[in-house]
Amino acid sequence: MKKIVLMGNPNVGKSVVFSRLTGARVISSNYPGSTVDFAKGRMHIRGHEAEIIDAPGTYSLQASNKAEEVAARVLDQADLVINVVDATNLERNLFLTLELIETGKPVVVALNIWDEAVRSGIEIDYPALEEELGVPVIPVVALSGEGIRELVQRMDEVSSSPARPPVSDEEKWIRIGSVTREIQTIRHRHPTLRDRISLASIVPITGVPIAIGVILLAFFTVRIIGETMIQFIFDPIFDLYLPFVTALGNWLGPGILQEVLIGRLIDGEIDYVQSLGILTTGLYVPLGMVLPYIISFYFTLSILEDSGYLPRLATLADSVFHRLGMHGYGIVPLFLGMGCNVPGALATRCLDTRKQRFISATLLAIAVPCMAQLAMIFGVLGPFGLMYILMVIATLFIVYIAGGLVLARFVKGESYEICLEIPPYRMPDPGIIAKKTWMRVRGFLGEAIPYLFAGILLVNILYATGFLDWIGNLFAPVTAGLFGLPKEATTALLMGFLRKDLAVGMLIPLGMAPLQLVIAVTVLTIYFPCVATFAVLVRELGSIDMLKSTAVMVATALIVGTAMRVILLGV
Amino acid sequence: MPMEVPLISLAINQTAIVRHFIGGQHFQHKLRMMGIREGKVIKLLALQPLMGPIVIEIDRRELTIGRRMANHIIVETTR
Ligand SMILES: Nc1nc2c(ncn2[C@@H]2O[C@H](COP(=O)(O)OP(=O)(O)O)[C@@H](O)[C@H]2O)c(=O)[nH]1
Ligand SMILES: [Mg+2]
Repeated sequence: MKKIVLMGNPNVGKSVVFSRLTGARVISSNYPGSTVDFAKGRMHIRGHEAEIIDAPGTYSLQASNKAEEVAARVLDQADLVINVVDATNLERNLFLTLELIETGKPVVVALNIWDEAVRSGIEIDYPALEEELGVPVIPVVALSGEGIRELVQRMDEVSSSPARPPVSDEEKWIRIGSVTREIQTIRHRHPTLRDRISLASIVPITGVPIAIGVILLAFFTVRIIGETMIQFIFDPIFDLYLPFVTALGNWLGPGILQEVLIGRLIDGEIDYVQSLGILTTGLYVPLGMVLPYIISFYFTLSILEDSGYLPRLATLADSVFHRLGMHGYGIVPLFLGMGCNVPGALATRCLDTRKQRFISATLLAIAVPCMAQLAMIFGVLGPFGLMYILMVIATLFIVYIAGGLVLARFVKGESYEICLEIPPYRMPDPGIIAKKTWMRVRGFLGEAIPYLFAGILLVNILYATGFLDWIGNLFAPVTAGLFGLPKEATTALLMGFLRKDLAVGMLIPLGMAPLQLVIAVTVLTIYFPCVATFAVLVRELGSIDMLKSTAVMVATALIVGTAMRVILLGV
Repeated sequence: MPMEVPLISLAINQTAIVRHFIGGQHFQHKLRMMGIREGKVIKLLALQPLMGPIVIEIDRRELTIGRRMANHIIVETTR
């Protein structure tokens, strides 16, 4: 089968062109480097089926990072190359174009983002460019589909030619310079409102307040949409479901089966949060409590991404994150992790080096509570006063910063300086946002739900068989001796590996003093991620690095727990 | 009098012309690929605090680069 490969710089609209050609759903984002894996799809050309590949963005064929290596490898198998070019940034894009033509593969150039070029006063004489390059050049607006049909038609025109003798980079730049001078005219224009907003959001005096505002607004949006969905969609559904499980429970009667499937009855009734049965809590917590927030979270994130704000946020955040051994994009996993650690863990991919990813993942697991956990922390400590909640948050914040400073020093490997392009602000396309949100939610359902479900099952079995208590006794000296907590809290801490949020709930009946609760909740957050995050991290970091990361987590929990005992309890 | 200085020493909103780079082939290649090339007009837009990165404008595009990099880009000012 014929292989068609899409090649182009990062953020030029390759993924949008890909979806246009295949009808497939791929993620497009308005920030460079968002496609690391490549997507494959099928399309029909004149009755023949062809495979089409969306390669990672690359500035040139002389690969300088992982994504570019992948792109170069994908190119090797291509029978035809569609070179997607950003018309608003022609000069820089043409370097890759020249390199591609040099390989002798048949090349068609899609001059994308043509609409924006026209709007911003950039005129490109594309027939002249076509003549100059010797390959078809077609203006395209991938977002609306304009020009795509012509692009497909003209793919027939090209055929492979023998590879040309390579020209030096120097000569390429000279040629590009003279070509662009000839075929491109840029009309001078006054700074638009968009330019001014762009500038305001990267200059620190205005940028930092804007960033704080955007983050607060984002969290507010997540909450409002999440709560609304729970109130009007998810809770009503579970209300309808209640009579059925109740009937099932009655039918099963007391016994191990009821214990595992339905769980304990609270005041003679099923309590979706505390019963801990697979068919009650096991369904309700992931689907009724977490999923609505995940949906609203991804929705909000997709808007942030597609508007082009994230690279600006990364620019502002870099001052801090670079010292923590990452770079500015490190704020993305942190931000995402507050929704759910699983997508946060996946987002560590947006960092460049092994060292950066290791630090980002470890700090995420240690110091970033997810939405479900935060809700429980508020629930447990809230009655005693806001101060206690702030103590937990402040401790986690300090641990994040201190942990980063330490890891930045001692983890081996490189941490490159930030180097990124700031794309123009764009109005997010509702269709793309909806698609993206859906794809990610589906991903979450696949990645996290099975683990959450398995976690509850395992806990129920361990609990019912008394195994959890047995292990609890084993670790009791640590809990009592180091952290100054009652021995019974150990079981809850162990449970935390499987379900952090539920574990927090298990602390309530122990009747601890507020300061003890603060310690317990903090240690619970730090010492391990939940099992779903753990599984994803093993895949992202590899088992050896994950082992090291786990050691850091446990050590941090011991140190912080002990320090808090000394400071808060004074013993 | 034209003067050659590292990019980092420009004042905010000052423009200059890129002259050369101090560093290996790989570094130079990377800069040129990002659109930072000899002869281009470059403008310093913002300096992030705490020795954070800088933001520049070149060919109507905004780029964020680290200070160390900016130290190794030599530009010519017109004053
Ligand atoms: N105005 C405009 N924006 C586009 C066009 N094609 C893509 N975009 C936007 O450009 C950004 C990058 O697109 P994407 O497909 O993720 O680029 P990739 O990194 O090359 O795959 C997204 O915000 C798109 O919505 C176009 O023809 N016109
Ligand atoms: Mg893409």
